[in-house]
Amino acid sequence: MTVSNSTSEHLLEVRNLKKYFPIKGGLMRRTVAEVKALDGVSFSIKKGETLGLVGESGCGKTTTGRTVLRLIPPSGGQVLFEGQDVLKASAGQMRVLRRNMQIVFQDPYASLNPRIPVGQSIAEGLKIHNIGTPKERLDQVAQVLERVGLNSSHMRRFPHEFSGGQRQRIGIARALVMQPKLIVCDEPVSALDVSIQAQVLNLLNDLQKDLGLTYLFIAHNLSVVEHISNRVGVMYLGRMVELSSRDQLFRKPMHPYTKALMSAIPLPDPTIKRDRIILEGDVPSPVNPPSGCRFHPRCWLAQDICKHDDPAFEEKEPGHFVACHFAQG
Amino acid sequence: MAQSDVLLKLKGVKTYFFTDEGTVHAVDGLDFQVRRGETLGIVGESGCGKSVTSMSILRLLGKTGKVIEGEIMFDGENLLDLSEEEMRKIRGNRISMIFQQPTTCLNPVFRIGEQIIEALQIHQGLSGEEANKRTIELLTLVGLPDPVRRMRSFPHEISGGQAQRVMIAMALACNPELLIADEPTTALDVTIQAQILDLMRELREKVNTAIILITHDLGVVAEMAENVMVMYAGRAVEYAPVHALFEAPKHPYTQGLIASTPVLGNVRDELETIPGQVPSLLNPPAGCRFASRCAHRMDQCTQEEPPLIKLEGDRLVRCWLY
Ligand SMILES: Nc1ncnc2c1ncn2[C@@H]1O[C@H](COP(=O)(O)OP(=O)(O)OP(=O)(O)O)[C@@H](O)[C@H]1O
Ligand SMILES: Nc1ncnc2c1ncn2[C@@H]1O[C@H](COP(=O)(O)OP(=O)(O)O)[C@@H](O)[C@H]1O
Ligand code: SF4
Ligand code: SF4
Ligand SMILES: [Mg+2]
Ligand SMILES: [Mg+2]
Repeated sequence: MTVSNSTSEHLLEVRNLKKYFPIKGGLMRRTVAEVKALDGVSFSIKKGETLGLVGESGCGKTTTGRTVLRLIPPSGGQVLFEGQDVLKASAGQMRVLRRNMQIVFQDPYASLNPRIPVGQSIAEGLKIHNIGTPKERLDQVAQVLERVGLNSSHMRRFPHEFSGGQRQRIGIARALVMQPKLIVCDEPVSALDVSIQAQVLNLLNDLQKDLGLTYLFIAHNLSVVEHISNRVGVMYLGRMVELSSRDQLFRKPMHPYTKALMSAIPLPDPTIKRDRIILEGDVPSPVNPPSGCRFHPRCWLAQDICKHDDPAFEEKEPGHFVACHFAQG
Repeated sequence: MAQSDVLLKLKGVKTYFFTDEGTVHAVDGLDFQVRRGETLGIVGESGCGKSVTSMSILRLLGKTGKVIEGEIMFDGENLLDLSEEEMRKIRGNRISMIFQQPTTCLNPVFRIGEQIIEALQIHQGLSGEEANKRTIELLTLVGLPDPVRRMRSFPHEISGGQAQRVMIAMALACNPELLIADEPTTALDVTIQAQILDLMRELREKVNTAIILITHDLGVVAEMAENVMVMYAGRAVEYAPVHALFEAPKHPYTQGLIASTPVLGNVRDELETIPGQVPSLLNPPAGCRFASRCAHRMDQCTQEEPPLIKLEGDRLVRCWLY
């Protein structure tokens, strides 16, 4: 499965990434089964671009983000950051890589220590990496707080004194202070109200423009992903099923699942009447994924071949990858 | 129809919570009505009082909350005057509800079938056999796969989408006149949400229930509601038929809400934002509650709160611009 050639314009390349979580059972707590959370996912991200990842709950978006950063060990595959193999990096190399690859979580509250002032949380990464004197770190925290639209005096306050939107800005500040090249944003606006969500999305856009950041932007909200991404990948049950430029994907989706996903979004315009594709059934369990094409039990285009043959993830049009035997625009 | 067309009417309802930190003015003077068979959407951001409104109607506010003023007229009767016993007969019978987290409303230790059967026996006085038969009908109606087998499942054994179907079956068990659905699809994936919304539309046609649909998702409202009430910081700020609201929102808050929502297939460079944040309901500001975030603010706005002003076409707006 070759999705891209290794060229220097790619900041990140992910090849055939796998993550199986063991399910323990019985008296001996032996592994009785595996959750195939990620089962061969490949994609790449160019410098300065935003790759959006969408898909329904449990399809493996978070797992992708975390394995890429090596926050959890993968079961297989390759992750190249600026050509360097992240998964084989030594502890020393990893320290450098960690500075360059940061993450912003959905619920910054859960990831901020409630007992220490937020300035200290933001400075933590700098301290761990022995960057600057305490005074210099303080200056950097002040700068980064202003940069995300907060006040530098806020550094002395505690997490509970901030609203959801403000906490998300703190989460972004904490990533930003390390001056990373890549930020994995895992549902960074999902917990926010729309008016606050818009503030944070605009902030992420501005930061990207000013600092040349690269984002892996994970979300289940397609409208948000369309808004922020240059390219978009659609995941289903541990697999990437479609990947293309934003415009191509949203105007001319080729995978039946992507089509269903898009048609399911309620639009805030009561004058629009659309033909809706209503999928039957639920997303199957990743412990026992269906044979052949994993989408076949819910797919209205499924033929016999779909039950037996797993469709390859192929480039059907330039830059447009699809895993479906009957992909059509 | 001999009965009045208006099924539910709230007049000046104030619901406060008395907490250690002070009094939360969660709902602070609310008037609206729902006609028989109508679907009213209530939208607004988190904390604006949507759920407290539904809990006030159902009188499920807990120990700290209380409706301190106003009337909640249901079919000509003030629900606030009823005894707890009388209220219990209405809940889950003439007024049903569906919540965001279906599994928290299903009793974890009883099988799904038993819970519906029990409701039917208590409220409708059906015999065990009749209730059993009706339960299978209901679960089939809401599209639960393999209903006879599923009746024996415990709540934790089914998915979120299936649990929401069970909740709907339960809510419909007694042919309620009013269904209150508080964020019924918020916890679900979009493809499952589409299934559930489709189901609700279908059922609305079959049983002609009035629905109060509470959501923060403008898309869901646009798709489901006939009329929409927009809430902000414990107050209704705008009321309009759904087409009119999206075509020409009147209140600056509604305008901001619509403009800050990313719309599929319509990419803009920058999203509009509403600066600042919602005021605390512990100490709501005098004057217009939206004033601190409003680009059209005038002197008058911070001094006196605007009343709900009647506009053409069955619309109401709480803003001094009109
Ligand atoms: N630590 C773990 N142990 C076992 N299974 C796990 C673990 N973490 C994730 N999984 C499983 O792996 C699959 C993918 O999970 P993941 O969190 O990546 O999904 P997601 O796409 O981020 O979903 P959501 O939209 O709900 O955040 C799911 O089936 C999940 O239950
Ligand atoms: N049990 C409670 N005790 C104190 N305050 C409450 C309670 N329930 C709700 N509130 C407050 O009432 C306001 C409205 O809440 P709610 O109706 O749940 O909002 P939403 O519109 O998101 O449904 C919020 O400020 C909330 O914090
Ligand atoms: S391969 Fe077959 S089952 Fe899978 S998406 Fe394509 S048509 Fe549907
Ligand atoms: S009353 Fe004044 S502050 Fe309030 S919404 Fe209208 S213009 Fe804005
Ligand atoms: Mg996730
Ligand atoms: Mg609520």
